[in-house]
This record gives sequence, C-alpha cells and structure tokens, in this order.
Amino acid sequence: MSDTSHPTLNRAGESPDPMAEVNSPVDVIPVHRRREIVGRSPGQLAWLRLKRDRTALASAVTLVVAVCVALAAPAIQWLTGIDPTDKFVDQLNDFGMPLGYAGGISSDHLLGLEPGSGRDILLQLVYGLRTSLFIAFVSAVLASVVGVAVGIVAGYARGWLDSVVSWVIDVTLAFPFLIFALAVIPIVEDRFFTAREAPPPSFRIALIIATFGLFSWTYTARLVRGQVISLREREFVEAARAAGAGTGHLLLRQLLPNIWAPILVTLSLNVPQFIAVEAALAFVNIGVTEPTPDLGRMIYNSIGYVASDPYYTLFPGLTIFVLVLAFNLFGDALRDALDPRSAR
Amino acid sequence: MLRFIVRRLLVAAVTLAVISLVTFGLFFAVPSSPAKVMCGKNCTAADIAQVEERLGIRDPLPEQYVAFVRGIAVGRTFGEGDFRRECPAPCLGYSFRNDQPVTEIVAQRAPVTISIVGGAAVVWILLGVSLGMVSALRQGTVFDRMAIGVSLAGASMQVYFFGLILLYVLVYSTGLLPFPSYTPLTEHPGRWALGLLLPWMTLGFLNSALYARLARAQMVETLSEDFVRTARAKGLPRRQVYGRHALRAAITPIVTIAGLDVGTALGGTFITETIFGLQGLGKATVEAVQFLNLPVVMATVLLAAIFIVVANIVVDLLYAVIDPRVRLS
Repeated sequence: MSDTSHPTLNRAGESPDPMAEVNSPVDVIPVHRRREIVGRSPGQLAWLRLKRDRTALASAVTLVVAVCVALAAPAIQWLTGIDPTDKFVDQLNDFGMPLGYAGGISSDHLLGLEPGSGRDILLQLVYGLRTSLFIAFVSAVLASVVGVAVGIVAGYARGWLDSVVSWVIDVTLAFPFLIFALAVIPIVEDRFFTAREAPPPSFRIALIIATFGLFSWTYTARLVRGQVISLREREFVEAARAAGAGTGHLLLRQLLPNIWAPILVTLSLNVPQFIAVEAALAFVNIGVTEPTPDLGRMIYNSIGYVASDPYYTLFPGLTIFVLVLAFNLFGDALRDALDPRSAR
Repeated sequence: MLRFIVRRLLVAAVTLAVISLVTFGLFFAVPSSPAKVMCGKNCTAADIAQVEERLGIRDPLPEQYVAFVRGIAVGRTFGEGDFRRECPAPCLGYSFRNDQPVTEIVAQRAPVTISIVGGAAVVWILLGVSLGMVSALRQGTVFDRMAIGVSLAGASMQVYFFGLILLYVLVYSTGLLPFPSYTPLTEHPGRWALGLLLPWMTLGFLNSALYARLARAQMVETLSEDFVRTARAKGLPRRQVYGRHALRAAITPIVTIAGLDVGTALGGTFITETIFGLQGLGKATVEAVQFLNLPVVMATVLLAAIFIVVANIVVDLLYAVIDPRVRLS
C-alpha cells in the first residue's frame, strides 16, 4: 500500500512547494481548497490511516468485544446465575459425558458442559479469557518497559555498557525460552512452597508474568537500541544537548517520543504471542492452576474427550484462535499505519 | 572463513557456559532433597547421605557445577565403595527418579524429536516456499488472495488446537490414519512415516504459513530487481529465471528463519509430543519437570540451547554458500 492511493493524505502530509505552484498553473490549489491544509502530526496521520483500514477495524472490534466480555465476566455470571466452579454432575451420564446434543448445549448452558467435571463451558471460557488477557497484557507491558529501558540506555551509553548489554541480549536470545519457562516455573514454586501447601493461584500467575517479562524484553531492547543509535547523532539531539539538556531529558523527552511507533507495534504483537504461550504452558500443566479458569488448561483437559465430545476442544480452541488472529491482524495494521513505507 | 568459524565457536562456547551456569544455579537452589524422596519413609540420616553421595549432590554448588562440566567433558565417578559407578563422557548424571543414566534417556528420546522435526521441516519449507513463490508470481489473482488468507490464519493457529482437530478428523472420525506412534526408521521405514504423518502435517501446515508470507514478500521484492529483468531480456526461459536466479536470491532470509526454527524445535516439540503421546525430548522435559528430576531437566535445557546455538552458526555458514553476495569476515 503506498501513499499515492490516499490523495487526502498526500495533501495533508506534504505541503506543496510554493514555487511549483507559481510556475505550473495546473498545480495551483484553488483558494477555497487551500484552507483545508492543516498541519497534522504523525500520530494523527497514523490514526487516519488506521481508521481507513477495514482489517484493522474488524480486528479492533473483535478485540474490544473480547476485552468487554472478559471485564463483564461477573455480569455474565450474574445474568446466567451460574458460578464458574459450579458442577452440574446431575446433567452428566454414568460415564461423565454431558447429556443431550453437542456436549450438553441447552438454554441453560449455552456452550454445554465440561465432560467429567460438569462445569459450565461458557463461564469457564469467559473467566479463562480474563486470565489469558490479563497475563498477556501485563507481560507485554512488562517486557516493553524493560526492553525500552535497557535498549535506550545501551543505545545511548556506547562503550562497555553497550557491549555488556548487547552481549546479555545475545545470550538471552540463545536461551530455549519455552523449555526454560517450562522448567523454571515449577522449580521456583518448589523453592517457596512445599508439596503439602498448594501455592495460591496469584503466585503462579505472577511467576508466569515474571518469566515472560524476563525473557521477552530482548526483542524490544534490540529494536530500541538500534533506533537510538541512529537518532542520537541527529541535529535535534545535538541542539538539545547544546542548550544544556541533561541526559534524562535527552533520553525521555527527545529520543523516546521518536521511537514510540515501533515500540507500540512490538507491544501489540507481543500480546498474542503471550496468549499462545500461556495456553501452551497450561497445556502441559505448568500454567495457571485450578480452580482459576484457563483456556489452555481447558484444551489440555479436553484431549481425553476429543473422540467423544469434540465441542469441549472446539470452544476454547476457537476462542484462542480468534483472539490471537485479531491481535496479529491489528498489530500488522498498526505497523502499516505507523510506518507506511514498510510494505508487507 | 576459518577465523570466522573459530570466532563463532568461541562465542557459542561462552554462551553455552553462561546458559548452563544460570540453569544449574537456578535448579540446584531447590530445597527439597531428592535423596529423601528416593529413599522413602524409613530412612536414616546415613542412608540419605549415601543416596546423596550416589547422586553426587553432597558437595557445595560450585564444586557440583565443576564436576558436572567435567563429567560432560571427560566423564566422572559417582559414589564410593560398593556404590561406585563409572559414568563415561559425556556424563549428564543419573535420573533422580529411576537412576537411569541421563545420557541414555536423551539417546532414547532424541531420535523421536529429530524424526518429528525433520519430517515436519521438509513439509513446512517445501509447502511454504512453493506457496509463497506461486503467489508472488501470480500477484493479485484469486490464488494469491486465498494463499494470503490461509497463511494469515495459519500463522495465528495454535498447534494444540490444530493438532486436536486433525486428530479428530483424520483418526477418530474417518479413520484415515492410525493414532500416531513412533517406530524407529531403521526398523520399518513405512511404519515410521505412517506413525509420524499426523505430527508432520500439524507442525508442517502451521509453520508453512509464516514461510509462505515471507517467501512471497521476498519473491515480490526480488522479481522487481534489475538482474531478473536482465535475465528475462537475455531470453532465458521463465522457469530458469524464476527457479534459478530469483529463488536463489530470495531464499536467503528464509534459510535463516528455517535454520533457527529447526534448531528451536529440536529442543523439544513438547506440545506436539503431548497431543500425540510421542516420547520425545519435549515430553521428557515435561515429565522430568513435574517430578523435579533435575539432571534430566538440566540435560534437556542444555541440549535445547546447544541446538539453537549450533543452528545459528550453521545458518551463517549456509548464507555464504547460498548467496554469493555474502562474504564472511
């Protein structure tokens, strides 16, 4: 997608050369149209491009709906009158399979019941969405904050500090992240809790977020470092320094505002990745523990029932798929909007 | 060239040392004594001491680490007297659970993971690159749009969901394929392939999405380059221009990503292995972690890191082979 397909953008983005206007009458903009030329900040331009993108709109709507559903989980609980931990064992047959069609779908249980436990799938899903989104968002923000801080310092510092940080980034990138996360979480938990006292769910969640944040800041840090290195020699930084600005001002007020676009894109593309990884951890029982509902654990629990009740797999699986797809599409659209030159 | 390789190997060695140090330090901070667990209820302090001696976990941590590294390099001996046992290099210790040498466990599990990843990589690279190439050559057509759509969806699909769908459709519903199982390649190549077809399809289809996107973007860019136009102008047939000239230039970044992906996957495809009940390295890690079987965890994490580091070096070397414009220095 190029700028030329957006005539209005060009008008706003690049004010025409006044000399060209005088010399070529064809290019002269009529007086009544010239008033429309208003300066627009890069942010406003990006916002305009984003608004015009239909994929972005569709994915944004999906995401807003998902977030609203997650936030409104207690309301849904109140509306249906079902608690996520309620077990409707009387509606299961002798083999623990839900009675009725399609995994026990009925007017009371819109998405049916979990085989075995007899919990309501809709409520599990809604509360699981909450867990997923919370962990993914907080981890993504944590990874970005750490990455930006490290990257900006490394890029600006030069010398040994830069070398050390770059080396740490390289080593962290060589860590087998998933396998390591898999190993770290139970071991750290064992450090603080004995086998007899089960750790509270909040501890596991904090541990997952910390692990994600600790191993995913590298990409942002690398990106920010590169950006800062290319920016730090520019005239505006020089000017600020000549005017007597301190390092803090240079980093936060001069450099950071110029690199927020790629940071935002990485942040928005990190979220779906964390949703997927969190579910993957839950899938091998290293994720969020019972009784906190979790999408990945639902899929894990459903493996044994794939043959007899595929709906149990379908609902959480579809939810994760749609969520990740929407986030990925939105992240791509955001990148296109913020940096129109980067054609996909 | 030689200097490049030597330098990369040195960096790799340092990286692996740091990773092993971090992993070791973390894992052996675990307070619960595996000796107590292994020994059972009616165990005297002397018994526990003996078990700890057998496992080599009596010394302070730094000494344990040195012994661990020495074990990998030249082998080591555990215990004394009747309990003395030789662990030849590369020694990774003994499983806390059943006293099996970890080297043996790895040797049993690695072929499964290598088979899964190898077959899947062939599927995903061939499928992805050809799909991306064809859509680049037919930009804007229905085929191109469909390919883009499928690859977008595929890139957001999860192995645990897609694998279970395939399992339901191909095994439980229609019975087209048997439930996945592992038969060594040397034993029966046909059964080996049939048993692993489902994991290959799962991993292959999903990963090919990313490759299709990448290959398409690369190909579109390469097709607009001067040398492609020149080759066409000289009168070379299309097939030769696209297949030889353009593909070779477009494939370099794909090789990078493919190399790193294969390296990462070799460390353990634990989700695929869990879904299909295959006893690979990933499954070994998952099991070991649940029982805090540290020597096994240590071995699998280290092995996964080695795969990643080696993949990095191989990719850099392949670069120079594939793309004549790249000079190693």
